Amino acid sequence: MSKYMVNLKINNIPVTVEEGTTILEAARKLNISIPTLCYHEDLSVAGNCRVCLVEVAGAKNLAASCAAPVSEGMEVNTNSKNVRTSRRHVVELLLSEHNADCTKCFKNGHCELQDLASEYRIGDHVFIDLVKPQDKVVDISSPSIQKDDSKCIRCQRCVRTCSELQSVSALAVCYKGDHQRISTFLSKPLHEVVCTNCGQCVNRCPTGALTERTYIEEVWDAINDPTKHVVVETAPAVRVALGEDLGIETGTRVTGKMVSALRHVGFDSVLDTDFTADLTILEEGNELLRRLKKALVEKDETVRLPMFTSCSPGWIKFIEHTYSDFLPHLSTCKSPQQMFGALAKTYYAQKKNINAKNMVVVSIMPCTAKKFESGRPEMRDSGYQDVDYVLTTRELAMMIKQAGIDFAKMEDTAYDSIMGDSTGAGVIFGNTGGVMEAALRTAYEVVTGREVPFANLNIVPVRGMEGVKEAKVMIKDVLPEWSFLEGVELSVAIAHGLANANKVVQAVRDGKASYHFIEIMGCPGGCIGGGGQPIPTNPEIRQKRADAIYAEDEGLPKRKSHDNPEVLHLYKEFLGEPLGHKSHDLLHTHYKARKRY
Amino acid sequence: MSHIKIQLKEAQVNQLKEVCRSFDNDPGELINVLHKAQGIFGYLPAEVQEVVARELQLPVAKVYGVVTFYSFFTMQPKGLHPISICMGTACYVRGAEKVLDEFRRILNINVGESTADGKFSISCLRCVGACGLAPVVTIGEKVYGRVSPDGVKDILREYEF
Repeated sequence: MSKYMVNLKINNIPVTVEEGTTILEAARKLNISIPTLCYHEDLSVAGNCRVCLVEVAGAKNLAASCAAPVSEGMEVNTNSKNVRTSRRHVVELLLSEHNADCTKCFKNGHCELQDLASEYRIGDHVFIDLVKPQDKVVDISSPSIQKDDSKCIRCQRCVRTCSELQSVSALAVCYKGDHQRISTFLSKPLHEVVCTNCGQCVNRCPTGALTERTYIEEVWDAINDPTKHVVVETAPAVRVALGEDLGIETGTRVTGKMVSALRHVGFDSVLDTDFTADLTILEEGNELLRRLKKALVEKDETVRLPMFTSCSPGWIKFIEHTYSDFLPHLSTCKSPQQMFGALAKTYYAQKKNINAKNMVVVSIMPCTAKKFESGRPEMRDSGYQDVDYVLTTRELAMMIKQAGIDFAKMEDTAYDSIMGDSTGAGVIFGNTGGVMEAALRTAYEVVTGREVPFANLNIVPVRGMEGVKEAKVMIKDVLPEWSFLEGVELSVAIAHGLANANKVVQAVRDGKASYHFIEIMGCPGGCIGGGGQPIPTNPEIRQKRADAIYAEDEGLPKRKSHDNPEVLHLYKEFLGEPLGHKSHDLLHTHYKARKRY
Repeated sequence: MSHIKIQLKEAQVNQLKEVCRSFDNDPGELINVLHKAQGIFGYLPAEVQEVVARELQLPVAKVYGVVTFYSFFTMQPKGLHPISICMGTACYVRGAEKVLDEFRRILNINVGESTADGKFSISCLRCVGACGLAPVVTIGEKVYGRVSPDGVKDILREYEF
């Protein structure tokens, strides 16, 4: 063992851990639970909430176990009277500055502060209520995220998330003392700053200070309106996480149950975003090949390579603010959600004889940024707003509960047809590396006529949770029309989480790295770790969801986007060909620069 | 918080960039850069913070966080005649707060603010070393001792209020 090991006792139980381990981590190894608020596995240690206090024999003061490293012979007590009393005081003090209107709060029942208040039986108001009236103004400027300072306990998880994981820093700690608050530049509304709407802060906020803007009531109204035909689409990552909010074990695939539940909730057509994920591959794959041809054969200097994926709306807003000079590098493909909306109100409406005016498209997404995306002016190519409402995985779970559905007992059923069929390639869009893998499965075969040279189609080098991944694929023995790609080694990169995306773009800009194609997903782990997914999130939970996505892929009869029969039918009946005139009108778009400062 | 919209002149922006450059555009020198910038502009309006953030490659929210944290930094321009009321112990017990209230009432501004015409601003300080004259008020470089609330109007008249 290379690292020095340390022996200590926690509650009289001996434990040996590596040097540098914190008391909190050592306790967790013994399955001793210590409450935390500011601590989060994905973030650096702040040590500011003081709720994880423990007693260390011989020390004058209690120690914050999340920040205190272990030492040889240390004796820790996590459950002395002093510890319990102090923790209770900490929670009481936090509550004195907290607007505890729990019954009205979106986080009711999912709030870490509420859990602690209940654990420590906090009832009497020992401290006076210090919530400032000016903090009771809720910022609802963003269509994705709402910020309620009166619920904030200043644990700074959101600030660390925004800077460490996302390198966005839309939020900072401002003012000091009892005026301290978490604020944007000049306290501007969230909608007016560099916030990408990714919702990672929402995933980590221990209280109701940061939550998604919810549209559940609007969707119920649409469902209850007999003149409306309500279409629902579900993103790939929802099916491997929804169960977590409905009492089912993490990492369980609930696709069939979810489809049944959506019908019980009252949606008229239950369709799949995976269908348009497959479609995205055909459009984006062909776009990449066209760009390569223009660059390599026609020597067209206006063609920008590497090409970046454009599925993640958090990433899109990030590049608009931060790297607007790189916008021409973005694939012109809309995201699968938006392709779906544009086709639902044209193709699906036509084929099913529904007046698009009376159609309401609802999408269920692991994402908060999708709420913003659906309202973009670029996303009205059907003649209407293509996607009317976006609900998070969490909101869908709430609707299922409100509808009185016993989710665990739902039978498995299949999606409705003409926009409900999908391949394994569409499903893996939920994982980091998934879009790349799906694109390679198709592009390689288009160019060579053979399957990608990886066992069982699993392109392992693009998988996994490493922040930035690279892979190279040698293209050999190509079909005659692709002769210009003979012997070309296709170089690709994958990044997830905007801090990693930032690194990749910097490297490309500085000329330190050169790729043909780069996949970016705005959230850690990709969409399975999206800002709209069930709370909590941590590396272990994300890994389980990712594994479930790959299991879903392997379980499907078709695993290459170009094999999706409904997509082929769509081209034959409606679109014509990839990158054709109709595709151009409905499925592609361009984005504009936004101010960073 | 300042809502005053200003347009920095090109020369001012260049001057600010020069300050940043003198600290090698090092983000770790943010406080020093802001200190110098306030020396030039008298205060740190949003536009100045934006330039500093861009030059030091820092998120502008972070710059704002630092500006709002330290009481030395201000986002309000000082008036032509900056009024400081001493809130030190001696002045306080001899009624400085009532004097302050009178300034606020007459000028209709709060501590840290300026009048709309930019003529006066009010701030508080702790002890100018003239406790024998308490309560003490300074306007610009001039010191006024034994100020009573009734005398506030007369003092302001000296500045063509």
